[in-house]
Amino acid sequence: MSAEACHEPAIESAQPADAAPRRRVVLVGNPNVGKTTLFNRLTGQNARVGNYPGITVERRSGDLALGDDGVAEVVDVPGAYSLTARSPEEQLAINSTLGIGGFEAPDLVVAVVDAGQLIRNLYLVLQLAELRVPLLVVLNMIDEASEPRPDPAAVAQLFGAPTLATNARSGEGIEALRTEIARCLNEHTDARLDLAYPADLRASLDRVADALPQGWHKNVERDRALALWALTSIDPEDELESVPPALRERCLDVQRDLAGRDLDLEVIGARYAFLDAHADRIFGRTAKHPPKRAGSARLDRVLLHPVFGFLAFVGIMLLMFLALFSWAEPAIALIEAAFGGLAELAKARLPAGVARDFLTDGVIGGVGNVLVFLPQILLLFLFIGLLEDSGYMARVAYLMDRIMRALGLHGRAFVPMLSGFACAVPAILATRTMERRRDRLLTMMVVPLMTCSARLPVYSLIIAALFPDRTLLGFLPLGAVLMVAMYVFSIVMTLLAAAVIGRTVVRGRRVPLILELPPYRVPLLRGVLRMMWERAWVFLKEAGTVILACTIVLWALLSFPRVEPTPAPPAVAVTQPAPSDAAVRATALERSYGGRLGKALEPALEPLGFDWKIGIGLIGAFAAREVFVSTLGVVYGVGAADEDTSPLRQRIKSETRADGTPVHSALTGLSLMVFFALACQCMSTLAVVRRETRSWRWPAFLFAYMTTLAYLASLLVYQGGRWLGLG
Amino acid sequence: MSSNLAAAERGQVLTVQRVGGERAFRRRLMELGLVPGTRVELVGVAPLGDPIELLLRGSCLSIRRAEAEQVVVVGVEAAREPRPNSTRLEPELETRSAM
Ligand SMILES: Nc1nc2c(ncn2[C@@H]2O[C@H](COP(=O)(O)OP(=O)(O)OP(=O)(O)O)[C@@H](O)[C@H]2O)c(=O)[nH]1
Repeated sequence: MSAEACHEPAIESAQPADAAPRRRVVLVGNPNVGKTTLFNRLTGQNARVGNYPGITVERRSGDLALGDDGVAEVVDVPGAYSLTARSPEEQLAINSTLGIGGFEAPDLVVAVVDAGQLIRNLYLVLQLAELRVPLLVVLNMIDEASEPRPDPAAVAQLFGAPTLATNARSGEGIEALRTEIARCLNEHTDARLDLAYPADLRASLDRVADALPQGWHKNVERDRALALWALTSIDPEDELESVPPALRERCLDVQRDLAGRDLDLEVIGARYAFLDAHADRIFGRTAKHPPKRAGSARLDRVLLHPVFGFLAFVGIMLLMFLALFSWAEPAIALIEAAFGGLAELAKARLPAGVARDFLTDGVIGGVGNVLVFLPQILLLFLFIGLLEDSGYMARVAYLMDRIMRALGLHGRAFVPMLSGFACAVPAILATRTMERRRDRLLTMMVVPLMTCSARLPVYSLIIAALFPDRTLLGFLPLGAVLMVAMYVFSIVMTLLAAAVIGRTVVRGRRVPLILELPPYRVPLLRGVLRMMWERAWVFLKEAGTVILACTIVLWALLSFPRVEPTPAPPAVAVTQPAPSDAAVRATALERSYGGRLGKALEPALEPLGFDWKIGIGLIGAFAAREVFVSTLGVVYGVGAADEDTSPLRQRIKSETRADGTPVHSALTGLSLMVFFALACQCMSTLAVVRRETRSWRWPAFLFAYMTTLAYLASLLVYQGGRWLGLG
Repeated sequence: MSSNLAAAERGQVLTVQRVGGERAFRRRLMELGLVPGTRVELVGVAPLGDPIELLLRGSCLSIRRAEAEQVVVVGVEAAREPRPNSTRLEPELETRSAM
């Protein structure tokens, strides 16, 4: 799957048979080394966001123009500290650099390293050189490396790979890199490095190498290095995929024979010993360790201060939250008004009928339903981009890790969770700032429980209609207290759900948290805008289509079978007033499939204190929670109740059963609010979860558990309340 | 005197003696450079006490205390007077280990 960004029509997968095989360059490197910035520099305007098969990791690729040498495809591989892997996500680094496990072999591996943190970064380069990949090393962020600057020639000599220094931020060295990439693609020289591992280890490596599958073999040295990778990665508990059983068997066998030896320490120790031994050559004789960037240290003294640091943190987060919550509002209103107007226009111009209603209520309404999310998505990613790029996001994780850990999550989950108070849709998209699949899944599964802004109109309606206009203790308006109570309730439920789901459904192994606090930098607006655009585009293209389809299905459900307005017999027409438009719509809705479903659900909803009218409202609310209000307006025959809800409030209040008792009470109101707090009444949330997890399993689970939880909680509230003699 | 990295104080420079813990865990820590013989400085502690920030081989890295507890260290030596209000120091030390 691909989403092409910007102007150029992108060809993602199948190449036409006659085209020359496209050369492929992969970018690898530790996290935070400026890989994305470099990728953007190299590929310019075009980038495609696709997905790696089988796992929920995004695959970004783009075209690199090489002048006379044509074009090559560049793939940005997710950041990794090492090729050694335990999970399928970590396995991406080895698979995509070697072209094993179903991946195509790249023609060139560009290893991007942070010149300021060279030795640790070179660990990955060392592994690549051992594996004899066609390698080009880029010492990025050369501007931030302190004196003496690392010497590219020394690095090149060490690994047998051409090495260049760049500053991806300013663009320095990029043209030279482009030329060098073209040269490397034409010359095909593999890096080389042989470390002196203990001699007896070599025999073991050869035994493992014998068990490598056919396609993985290349030459003796690479086979040995790959055997070493297998031996250090595979263990009885790993979660690796596409490792042939024979290889796994052999590795476990050899490990058993080596029992008592500390293989990991021998290998990793030897590698660092090598890097340490050559550090002087790379840095020059007088090598001193790079002093910390002083400006950042000074800023951190404030921003990580126990008091001022948290004050600044609360301020920044509040600003972000306010932006999502209220700054997006005018844009959302504008989009709603525009689509409302468009629908009106179409209604006025087209002949009445199914086709017109399909166009106005299904298609135009559906596109509107998708686009209303854009303001919040763009704003959230603007903030995320600024936070990431300035270096503050890492500090958020550093500050909040302690708290988020209590939820079984790590610090990076904070921003998505906070955004959940505005809307679950951008919040779920924001989970991609977390590297681990398990953390992302857990966050996605609980974020929809946060009180999002779409729940507020529903709460307001219920509170205004069913609760007395009173103050508590003489000064607290009951309505406000209830609102706050709903927020607290949702936070408590989110925490509980995280605790339970994190220990059951998405259990996952504990992994060490590894955080780097990069130096503070002025964000690059271009990169931030590019990310906003990419995220919005992926949302529109992939989640948007699902939301549109759901809107149409929902429209059909609530409008078929159609009730034709019966032409009143002329004689009677004089004496009997024609039924009002609102009444006609109410009848039509009641007789629709959705209406019938609402009625069929009544026995199930009755124990919660809801009647079939609420049932229809719940079905309508699936489009978006706030639609509950307008659907209910139609059911009660008071019109769509978009602007002024007072007629609807009156109707809800005065609705009586056959025996004259009121249908709704404060207790049903409370039960209904609890239901809304917990139920997954939002197809857009389900659509983005589906997009982000690439499966229907997770949205199905999300829907099932939230609905069950909502049902049980409402049941408890209503029946418990009745038992206590309330309502 | 050996102790673990989580027990160190800000500004202390220590030498890694051994890394323990479950395999994948331990392997990851070592691959980040925490191999025996490496000199590590504790440069910062998050305001809530966790995670902690380390400086080794010229690179900074933050890990949780729970992980740092698995790293056995020796040679407690004060790098400098720890400044009460600073979360980081500018190390001018030769911290590369000669292995
Ligand atoms: N000073 C300087 N900053 C750079 C350079 N290259 C990138 N940056 C900045 O480094 C930060 C991180 O860059 P990214 O491109 O997001 O890094 P990445 O490697 O893609 O990070 P991950 O996606 O987290 O793996 C951004 O704030 C960039 O502006 C450089 O050469 N010099």
